[in-house]
Amino acid sequence: MAGDEHSALREFKADLHIHTCLSPCGDWEMSPRDVVRRSRAAGLDLIAVCDHNTSENAGAAMREGRRAGVAVLPGMEVCSREEVHILALFDALDQALAMQAFVYAGLPGENQPELFGYQVVANEDNEVLGENPRLLIGATTHSLEEIVHCTHALGGLSISCHVDRPANGIINQLGFIPPDLGLDGVEVSYRIPLAQARERCPMIGTLPCVTSSDAHFLKDIGRAATVLRMAAPTLCEIGRALRAEMGRGVMV
Amino acid sequence: MKVREMMERFGLTAATGGKGLEREVKGGYCGDLLSEIMANAPPGCVWLTVQGHQNIVAVAVLREMAAVILTGDRRPDEETLRKADQEGIPILIWPHSAYDLAGRLYESGVGKPAAA
Repeated sequence: MAGDEHSALREFKADLHIHTCLSPCGDWEMSPRDVVRRSRAAGLDLIAVCDHNTSENAGAAMREGRRAGVAVLPGMEVCSREEVHILALFDALDQALAMQAFVYAGLPGENQPELFGYQVVANEDNEVLGENPRLLIGATTHSLEEIVHCTHALGGLSISCHVDRPANGIINQLGFIPPDLGLDGVEVSYRIPLAQARERCPMIGTLPCVTSSDAHFLKDIGRAATVLRMAAPTLCEIGRALRAEMGRGVMV
Repeated sequence: MKVREMMERFGLTAATGGKGLEREVKGGYCGDLLSEIMANAPPGCVWLTVQGHQNIVAVAVLREMAAVILTGDRRPDEETLRKADQEGIPILIWPHSAYDLAGRLYESGVGKPAAA
């Protein structure tokens, strides 16, 4: 009955876009363990670990999340061939790893750590497992449409990143948001209050809108977050909150 | 110069079906950030870009361009070609760099201010 659904709803403070030390531009201190601990200290109930074109540190963050009491979703910030950044968010690690296989199949080049930064794979006990040799900072050969399609086919959500920004934001790269792209939402950067997003960025139109820290340094975790009213910190519920279904929604 | 004449003169090939080749080329513009192109490209220009996304067609229509030239041997997305044919915007292919073609076009007088 609908009443039950409503009574079970609560607010979750969510940051759906946090990097780790696996992103070349992510700080060395951003280990999966410490990202989760810092998120908990910042009062976040739910985070998504989204490194550039990879999910290899997501599993460690999810395991630490279970220990620390923070819901951690596996995700990825994919760079399309148009050089647009887009989040792919999932519930389960195997979905994210399937997305990663698709991304890796279209990700040319090798990292040069001294130029772009180190790409550290670590476990939940802060032990270094290795370095990722791929050019994670690069663009994939996949189109935006292909990335959204693959994300959805794997059961994920597609959120276009920092649409207010010149660097790799969809509006700057493509002039406007392709209306038939099928995005589940857009993200504005911490620079814009969520309440002003549509006014400051009119091209967002009626698309659901969230904000995230996009943290690359521990100190940046918590600088922006989105309060989601929903039943549980799961991907399915995030989708329902974005669509404002059954009393759920993005609190602005 | 018409688009058709420009193609013959510089060895450009058409990716689209042949509509719009009688459009007059009045100038040129280069760039890959569509937001910037939307704001600044002059009407009647040929636009040199590496972006093959379908949004280039909307931008070309908006700025009343003569044609879009994909440089660096890039190919447009299928949906881009479909929309370009619908709108009658020619999409042409240039295998080398934009710099190379822009220089040749300018030297031939495209977008070059008339000598005093």
